[in-house]
Amino acid sequence: MYFFRLFKTVPMSEIQILLVEDNEGDIILTLEAFKEIKVKNSIAVVKDGEEAIEFLKKQGQYADRTMPNLILLDINMPKLNGIEVLDFIKKDEKLRKIPVVMLTTSSSESDIAACYEKSANCFITKPLDFGKFLNVVEAIESFWFTIAQLPKTTS
Amino acid sequence: MEVYFIFLFLFDRNIFWDKNHIVMSEVNILLVEDNEGDIILTTEAFKDMKLDNKIDVVRDGEEALRFLKKQEPFADVSTPQLILMDINLPGMDGKQLLDIIKRDEALKNIPVVMLTSSDTDEDISECYDKHVNWYITKPIDFDKYTKVMHEIEAFYVSFVPYPKGKK
Repeated sequence: MYFFRLFKTVPMSEIQILLVEDNEGDIILTLEAFKEIKVKNSIAVVKDGEEAIEFLKKQGQYADRTMPNLILLDINMPKLNGIEVLDFIKKDEKLRKIPVVMLTTSSSESDIAACYEKSANCFITKPLDFGKFLNVVEAIESFWFTIAQLPKTTS
Repeated sequence: MEVYFIFLFLFDRNIFWDKNHIVMSEVNILLVEDNEGDIILTTEAFKDMKLDNKIDVVRDGEEALRFLKKQEPFADVSTPQLILMDINLPGMDGKQLLDIIKRDEALKNIPVVMLTSSDTDEDISECYDKHVNWYITKPIDFDKYTKVMHEIEAFYVSFVPYPKGKK
């Protein structure tokens, strides 16, 4: 990837992403889009807010999981919604430094405001068609994986 | 690039869209940087942007806070929509300034991008811990610098800003 040569730091060998999303169609779209990316990445998927928290706390079936370098978080989910998950992440000593990209179809002003207030790193509205969705994922790749630095997480 | 503008079009009432050409209201950027060379690099790179922007420069943390709180001589400035900040500053360093901004109810919603020569794990980690929105290590020469700034622009316009009128 072009920009890796710009920086002294060695790029991460593989980026771990956690996708928190309940819509099967959107999960497939996202996984497909991330396959297109040149940067080696692995995506774990959880389908509701409670599972997300279990994953991040390494509880139960998630005891051996690596901490993600980046979290993509939908807002509208069953059980616990994305804003509550965001709040949990950003209040947790170990988890708060993981960048969280709110990726959602929700566009209400109060949702947007709440995400900013709870320290989401950024908030992207999912477009409805795959082509544009791919562009959004490419923008995320280009920006987060090559330009921005991600914190190393101590697994 | 066009597809990114569509998202902003949908959610930001200051945007007008006609077939080939996006007109956006000006983005106010605050640059907190004491190195004159880097100030020039950044301001020159931003002149190149499609996005209409206005950069104000302050050279240390104290000045930055006076600017953000609209204290003299900054009583009439507009609130910035983006803050670019170096870590290495005289007096208060960028990490302390970041912390103050992100703990302040009135200021915490302004996106902050650390734009700094530091690439240490500790600095990166500490900044994300203090809720920096993005952390970018400065490239060394102008061409690469401009390319990074364009990437920041492309990414900035692709995401939804804090709603206007909400405080």
